[in-house]
Amino acid sequence: MTLDDLQRGQSATITAVDWSMLAPDEAKRLRALGLDEGAEVSLAHAGVFGGRDPLAIVIGRMTVAMRRNHARAMAIRVEQA
Amino acid sequence: MTRIRTAALVGNPNAGKSALFNMLTGARQKIANYPGVTVERKAGRLVLPGGETLELIDLPGSYSFDASSPDEEVTRKVVHGEFAGEAQPEVLVLVLDAANLEQHLVFAQEVLALGRPTVVALNMIDLAERDGLVLDPSALSEALGVPVVPTVAVRRRGIADLVWAINNAEVQAASDPKDHNQPHLTLPERRLAARNIAKAAILSQSAEHRIHTGLDKLFLNPWLGPVILFGLLFVIFQAVFAWATPFADALDGGVGAISEWVSATLPAGLPRDFLTEGVLAGVGSVVVFLPQIVILFFFILLMESTGYMARAAFLMDRMMQFVGLSGRSFIPLLSSFACAIPGIMATRSISDPKDRLTTILIAPLMTCSARLPVYAVIIAAFIPNTKVLGPVGLQGLVLFALYVAGIIGAMVVALVLRRSVTKGAASGFIMEMPRYQLPHVKDLLIGLWQRAWVFLRRAGTIIFAATVILWVLLSFPKAGPGESQMDASIAGKLATGLHVVVEPIGFNREMALSLIPAMAAREVAVASLATTYAVDAEDEEAEAEGLAKTLSTRWSLPTALAFLAWFVFAPQCLSTIAVARRETNGWKWPAFMLAYLFALAYLTAGLTYWIAVAAGL
Repeated sequence: MTLDDLQRGQSATITAVDWSMLAPDEAKRLRALGLDEGAEVSLAHAGVFGGRDPLAIVIGRMTVAMRRNHARAMAIRVEQA
Repeated sequence: MTRIRTAALVGNPNAGKSALFNMLTGARQKIANYPGVTVERKAGRLVLPGGETLELIDLPGSYSFDASSPDEEVTRKVVHGEFAGEAQPEVLVLVLDAANLEQHLVFAQEVLALGRPTVVALNMIDLAERDGLVLDPSALSEALGVPVVPTVAVRRRGIADLVWAINNAEVQAASDPKDHNQPHLTLPERRLAARNIAKAAILSQSAEHRIHTGLDKLFLNPWLGPVILFGLLFVIFQAVFAWATPFADALDGGVGAISEWVSATLPAGLPRDFLTEGVLAGVGSVVVFLPQIVILFFFILLMESTGYMARAAFLMDRMMQFVGLSGRSFIPLLSSFACAIPGIMATRSISDPKDRLTTILIAPLMTCSARLPVYAVIIAAFIPNTKVLGPVGLQGLVLFALYVAGIIGAMVVALVLRRSVTKGAASGFIMEMPRYQLPHVKDLLIGLWQRAWVFLRRAGTIIFAATVILWVLLSFPKAGPGESQMDASIAGKLATGLHVVVEPIGFNREMALSLIPAMAAREVAVASLATTYAVDAEDEEAEAEGLAKTLSTRWSLPTALAFLAWFVFAPQCLSTIAVARRETNGWKWPAFMLAYLFALAYLTAGLTYWIAVAAGL
């Protein structure tokens, strides 16, 4: 399961990231924002019509917008509520 | 003379650095560019308790020294003392968002590892308190080994304490100038340390931040969000075009009055003509845009400072993705509806260079306000004022169609460019969404003043120079008896040559002539046409006729439609070209912009003319 499969309101832990799927600058930016292995994240919002893209991911006390194709590079384990 | 000592503000984006900078330095700020890059350098004077002054610079927000944008690269180089021509700051003021401590401490450790004299501003402590966070600054200070001052920049809280701390660090730096480098930690190590330091500094927290999530639920709602956004855009457009008119008219009238006074005072001759037709006309054509630009900037600053802008970008990202751009291009393109110059300057917030270049190249296709006078005259002259559907009139519909033509043109061009000239990895959209905040009047006013000033300086000098040059082209050589000045002038000769080129697309010689002064600013085409037809009129009656009426008798409908189509695309604005040169660091892209827009204008005007003629209009 990857981060783009997450449902709104669900929380998960990022277990692995396939950095090769991301452009180097984008990978750097995501890592700098803390989106890396071990990070606890949840999905707050998804964008409008036409694929519900981008995603608003909550990490810690911060909300980060990213595209689904970024989220697809991140394997997750969903937290059991 | 002693060397000017400097201090620099560093920190993550959205840490409230700029607000803190405004409070520390007041309105006396100097904005320039770092040489060779289009990154803004903001500097101001900080008065220390002893009366001495430091130069304070506001470095671009960074997530890491491992730079992924030109902004971050500037910050890294300046802080490390590697930026040519920029002294390494003696004191670093590290700005942390109190409500986002764990995240901001990751970069903070990179800064502290340099061992430079550092003071931490634990900023926006009030928002942290609102979110239910109770922090212990002394525990944080102990963990980081540097002084920590809690601040609320927008309420001036903690500013005096921060100035004292900077003063002390500066004194210490002077007595012990070497760095105390600390071991470099890897990103996972810093992240772990950040978590532990944050944990130790947070006395208590409640998990909810209700206002923030509540507002996001409304503004990012997939149905309501876009409705609210477009409602807001509608209000902004109304404001830009309706509220600005009286101010623009007043400014225009003011310049006109000065011009008349000069005409009445000075003896007739070249100096007077130069002053009224060259200088004052140039000043006039710049200042009439100022009210619109100020109103537009006011709304943009308001959206930025409240945190709504990031939500607008979020909502628009999907649409921009269709044409290979991202939500970040939305704001620059929106600004371009008032004027492409601030729009192109606003592209600096786009981190991806190819995205940015594409946005710069399509910005002139947004229908800027300078096109409106041209559209208004032609539409009034040729489009009957009939109702099409209920209250919707044909004239309004045509105007709307011209706007849509520009937008569709921009989308098609962006699509083509992203597959050819600016080809590259599909641009992404990664953006931190700042928390909502109430805007602060002082920050708004300083921001408004700075942007208006930058516009006046950039656009002003260019439009002004262009107007003066065009005046020379139109005034020399002097016409002989029985000859019209326009025909005799250099511009008149140019128009004769130009007419050969534009004749196939249905343009007559007067139109060709009006295109030349319109290079300064599009709306000058109207004034130029008025002058041409007035000058050539045989009797006073014709001169008194409104320009619209004259045009309707002199031009065919296909010609008028072709003229409208031309103005949708033609890059009739030297200032835009000059700003594009500045923002792309060379002539290559502005030349490309000029070429493709003229080609597009020629083609669409031609197609419009030929189709209209074939249809028997």
